[in-house]
Formats: sequence, C-alpha cells, structure tokens
Amino acid sequence: MGSFLLRRSLQLIFVLWGGATLLFFLFYALPTNPAEQFASGGGNRAPDPQVVANLEHQMGIDKPLSEQYVNYMTDLLHGDLGTSYVTREPVSDIVAETLPHSLRLAFWAILVESAIGISAGALSARKRNSAGDWVTTITAVVLSAIPVFVLAYLIKQVTGVYAFQHDWPEWVRFPTLGYGPDEYALGVVPINGTWRYLVQPVFVLASVGTAILARITRTSMLETMRLDHVRTARAKGLTEKRVMRKHVRRNAMIPVVTVIGIDFGTLVGAAILTETVFNLPGLGSQIVNSAKAFDAPVVLGLTLIVTLVYGLASMAVDISYAYFDPRVKLGDD
Amino acid sequence: MSDLILTPNPVPPPDVNASLADVGPSRSLASDAWRRFKRNKLAMFGLVLVVFLAVVSLAGPFLVQDPLDTSGLAKQSPGNGHLMGTDSLGRDVMSRIVYGIRLSLFIGIVVTLIETFIGILVGAVAGWRRGWVDSVLMRFVDVLLGIPYLVLALAMVTIIGKGVAAVILTLAVTAWLQTARNVRAGFLQARETEYVEAAKAVGVSSKRIMARHILPNVFQPVVVLAAVGVGSAILAEAALSFLGVGVKKPAPSLGLMISESQSSFSSAPHLLIFPGLAIAMTVLGFLLVGDGLRDALDVKDT
Repeated sequence: MGSFLLRRSLQLIFVLWGGATLLFFLFYALPTNPAEQFASGGGNRAPDPQVVANLEHQMGIDKPLSEQYVNYMTDLLHGDLGTSYVTREPVSDIVAETLPHSLRLAFWAILVESAIGISAGALSARKRNSAGDWVTTITAVVLSAIPVFVLAYLIKQVTGVYAFQHDWPEWVRFPTLGYGPDEYALGVVPINGTWRYLVQPVFVLASVGTAILARITRTSMLETMRLDHVRTARAKGLTEKRVMRKHVRRNAMIPVVTVIGIDFGTLVGAAILTETVFNLPGLGSQIVNSAKAFDAPVVLGLTLIVTLVYGLASMAVDISYAYFDPRVKLGDD
Repeated sequence: MSDLILTPNPVPPPDVNASLADVGPSRSLASDAWRRFKRNKLAMFGLVLVVFLAVVSLAGPFLVQDPLDTSGLAKQSPGNGHLMGTDSLGRDVMSRIVYGIRLSLFIGIVVTLIETFIGILVGAVAGWRRGWVDSVLMRFVDVLLGIPYLVLALAMVTIIGKGVAAVILTLAVTAWLQTARNVRAGFLQARETEYVEAAKAVGVSSKRIMARHILPNVFQPVVVLAAVGVGSAILAEAALSFLGVGVKKPAPSLGLMISESQSSFSSAPHLLIFPGLAIAMTVLGFLLVGDGLRDALDVKDT
C-alpha cells in the first residue's frame, strides 16, 4: 500500500510537471505579445511602447524565456500559481474562490449518479427484459446522445425561466443565476435555500453519469450472475437477497468503480458546460472566461489544479479495487 | 481463432458428395465483420443515420436557400415557407442546420483523419523502436491524458485562437492519444511474431514491415476508435462553439446556433430544438456505428 501510494504520487507529480512545462512553453513562446495585446486594447489602437514595456515588466515577460521558466517552476513549488494578466489577481486566490463551488457540485453529482445509476442498473439486471429494464436501457441511450449543454439549457429554460413566467407551483421553480446565499453546513450540505440553486446543475451533471453507470452496472451484474460461485451460492440454499448482496453486487462493482474514475474527465467537461449555462462561479466557467480573454497564467494554473484533482481521483479508484476485490494487493507490481 | 467456432450462424456441416465448386467463396475479415455488423439492429440504425446525414450534407445545399440570407422575417415559427422557421435575424433555420451538419461532419472527419494519422505514426514508432524513444513518447502521452479533454482543448484555444482551422487543430492535437496507445500495444505484440521474423529474414526494410505487415494486423481498434472519434469530435466542436471559443459567427455551426438561441427561447423554442436534435442524431449515429464495429471486429479494450 505504501509503495503503491508513493509510486502513484511520483507519477502524478511527473504528469503535473510535464503538463506545466508543455503548456508554459506553448503559452509563452507565442509570437503574439500579451503586453502589446492589452496595451492596444485587443488590437484597436497603436500601443504606446512605454506602456508595453511597463506591462512586460509587470507581467515578468521581459526576461529571457529560460529565466521565466525557472521562476515559474520555483514559484509553483512554493504554491504560487502566478498572477492574472487581466485582473492582476493572484491565480491561487482565483482557485480558492472557484474550486470549492466546483468540488461541491461534483460531490453531489457523483453521489446522485451513483445512487440512481447503480440501483437502476442493478434492478435492470435482476428483472431482465421487464418493462423497467427497457425503460432504463432506452433512457440511458437517449441521455448519452443528448449533449450536456443542450440538456442544461433546456432544463434551465423550463424550470428556471418558463416556470417563473407562468407561475408554476414553487416546488418546480428553481433560481438559475449563481449560487444564491453561500451557506453550507459541513462544507457541502447546502442550507437556508442554497439547495434550490444546486438542484438544476446537479441534476444535469448527474444525468450524464447516471446513464453510463446504469449501463455498466447492468452488463457487469449480468456477467457476474453467470459465474460459478453464484451458482454454488444458490445451490447451497442462500436466499436470493443474500446471493445478490454478498456474491453478486460486490463483485460486479469493479468495472463500475473503474467507470466512475475514468468518467471523472467527462464529468469535468460536463461541469464546465453546466457551470457556464447556469452562470455558476466555479472553476470550469472561470477557465472558459480566461481562455476567451487569452489570460494564460489563469488558464495554466487552473489546468494544473484540475489535473491534480483528476489524478487524485483516479488514485482513489485504484485504492478502492482492493476493497471490492480482496485478491487485488496494492504495491505488488 | 475462436470466432470460427463461435459463429452465431454456424455453417451447415459439409456435404460429403460436394465438389470443390460448391464451397462458397472465401471470406475476408471485412466481409466477415460486415455479416456480423448487419445482424446488429442498433448498429444498422446508426449506419442509416450516418448515411442519411451524409446525403443531407452533400445534397442539402442544392435544395435549401442561403444560410446567411437575412431577408426573411425574424423568429417565425415552423411552417409558412420555412419548414423549421427562421432565427432572430430572419435566416432560414433548416438551411442553417443543413450547412451546420455539413460543417460538423467536415470537422469530425478531418479531425479524425489527422488524429488517426498522428496516432498511428507515434504508436508505430514507439512500439517498433522501443527503448528510450518509446519511453519519451509514451510519457508525453501520459502527460496529455492526465489533463481532462475539454480543459486541454480550452488551453489549446488560448494558444491557437478561434475559427474552423483552429478548432480542427485543437481537437486533432487532443484526440490522438488513445489511437497511439492502441497502435503501440499492437506493434509491441506483432514485432515478436513469426511472420515479422520471416519478413526480416528475407530482407524486407523496417518501414515496409511496419506499413505492409504489421499495420493491417493492428488496424481493427484503430477503425473502432476512428468511428467513435468522429462522434466525439462533432460533440466537442459543438461544445467549444457553444462556449464561444469555437467556430466564429456567422458560420452555421450547430453549437453556435444553440448558443445564439438562448436569449429567445420562450418566444422561439424551435431555435433550440432543431439544432439540438441534429447534434443528438449525428452523435448517436457515430456512437452506434462505433459500438457495432467494436462487436463486429471483436475488438476488446479500446
């Protein structure tokens, strides 16, 4: 276990260093000079050379590229992600403001999609070819074909805009701008009406994963139910409930957990789109706005943070294998 | 080969009295795969969708009006000379969708061609040369795979900028990783086989062995990844354009149309519904074809 964690941590550090280096040189070796860009108001007027020089000095891009790289990496090791070109705000402050919102959203989405997706898939597998099975399968296919942003926007328009215009009962009306009163218990549980702001984005974000999880759980359960040890368990007279709980479900969870882990990348993409549609001040919508403004330090810093979270998530998935399958010993290879 | 035994429709036992002429024509891998593909209803449905969209994007432009023509009345409901209504500038929605599907398919196919080419090249070199070349290339792949897809695409947008060419470049650069991994695994396996050894022994050049002897044998996962890849590239283009960092206005991109329709949903919901359906149809078509190919070609783990 210890050596496993060490090896995976080193891998993650390598990926972070590689990503930072690659993007750094791509961003900063560009022919377009960001100082000139900002001094000219995006190319609208001839830039004043003195202003450009000052800006270059402020941004630290008047030094040779190698020196900038060494500076950036040294700062990075000290937890300093640089400063925004646009707002002059430290990137770490931006991360501190936006990351909690995104993590909360992801937390609830994963919780909801695991609960609904896994139980729908398991039910589907046990009552194979029943009406419920067909409904689950078809819903899953349809949901995976609808782009996230179309779904997000449709839901926002119906329960967020149309419902208010036509005085629908309160339980189907949800506010769509931002997060409302920023009040959480224990860091994640929304209180005092904040939950009303979370309902729609969480629903949208979870629907993507629910579809995938339902499908994987169904296939995996069906395959496990055909295995010898399950037949043996039935033959020795265990109740169906016990067979399912002790012998099928736990074994069938391995591919499911893998999907939750791999799917984190999809979740990040979906979160970016969802946050943008619902105007949530999360990390995803911040990356989009910074990319639009060509604010390289912010894009680079946020990309590294997302990569870090992504890496930690897949590490957690690998650790959970050992729980679901006692044959898996971490650190043996 | 296990599929000789497991063919779902077994060939009837040979007639003892049959002459050689009665034996059916020899079956290639492709015709075998096609037979299996045809039996898969979902895959055939996907293929019908894809063919339909291809016909629409090739023949459509001769049948509909100019997608940039703003002479119509704004936000007309479907019907009345505009089968799918008009948008907020009075442009015909149907012709914008036809051109939008055309643009989507174009971007999807070009991205996939570039991505497959890079993937095969990198994977083949890494798997054939092994050693430090392999290590360097694969660590590079690991780094890029560690960054979530859309985030990497947004970072690329910051570097390259907007427009059709930028979107194609962005998506191609971010999409070749899986192909490279699969091709590399195939090459590592194949270079130990006897037929490669035989080719080496008779003095065939490395390049020729790679291209003519190994590549055809590792091509199946590449085909599957390419089919799925067209769908994902189309979806990614729509997402980038929707976010405002993809194709530039006034190009008829489906993602852009959806983004533009946001301000007028309650008065003109058809501006969301038709482009939304068009994207869903396109993506679904390629997904189903990809799934079907995976089963038909018996590819695991892509």
